[in-house]
Amino acid sequence: MANSLDSYLILSGLLFAIGTFGFLARRNAISMLMSIELMLNAVNLTILAFGAFVPTLRTGAAVIALLVIAVAAAEATVGLAIIIAIFRNKKTPLVDEYDSMRE
Amino acid sequence: MPIGDTIPWTAVRWDDVLFVVLAAVLLVSALLVVTMRDIIRCGLAMIVSFAALAGIYVMLGNPLIAATQVLVYIGAISVLVLFAIMLTQTKNAPARLAFQTQAWAAGLAAVVIAVIVTATVLATTWPTAPTRLWTVTSDVAHALFRDYVLPFEVVSVLLTAAVIGAVLLARREISGGGEDK
Repeated sequence: MANSLDSYLILSGLLFAIGTFGFLARRNAISMLMSIELMLNAVNLTILAFGAFVPTLRTGAAVIALLVIAVAAAEATVGLAIIIAIFRNKKTPLVDEYDSMRE
Repeated sequence: MPIGDTIPWTAVRWDDVLFVVLAAVLLVSALLVVTMRDIIRCGLAMIVSFAALAGIYVMLGNPLIAATQVLVYIGAISVLVLFAIMLTQTKNAPARLAFQTQAWAAGLAAVVIAVIVTATVLATTWPTAPTRLWTVTSDVAHALFRDYVLPFEVVSVLLTAAVIGAVLLARREISGGGEDK
């Protein structure tokens, strides 16, 4: 089981599905950002699984995973700063109460 | 005294056991992240899932990425998320509903994605090596600093821009300044 690519890919698919559910279903903006982190981690797991089982992808996968981690860190920084800025104006972290454009 | 590949008196391999344990920890803590009502606990469960994923990266023969995962995700991003949670807590927020009213549709979408990915993976024969390969860290260094040096430098510029942008977005307005809120 630990020596087949399929189990790692299915694991990462399940993790991605969990992240999708959290992103679509949660009301809190920070919960949605945490779900995005889960989805990015699932993609990283897929990349590294292919890198571990396909010889020609071995170093390239590690490089891509490092770059994905760096970009995810940048995304989390800016996303959380945006949420804090919105919270200062709206006084709530719940996304369905950001409805000032609906009126 | 060396340990064999399998558990004594059974045909179960040690790395299979390790994989199942890490995968179970990962999936359960990820489910807790998206379902728990108290958002502080969601953040702590997220740290557990990151740690389990670092263990799986070690199993995949990639200790460099596992160390990066621990440093960047557990060390930096989790602290950032917990800080943001503490800055945006209101007294009445945890008592209210944690999910949108369309949460059933989100659950349906997640199940559809999981089923499609699983079916696709099981239906495809991948041209893979018969066993896992260990990634040599010096090979990664050669690739990163010789073939991929331009993306590496672009990422450093991106990180600088992101930090400056985050400070600009999240700072308080200076009272008495020219701009009004």
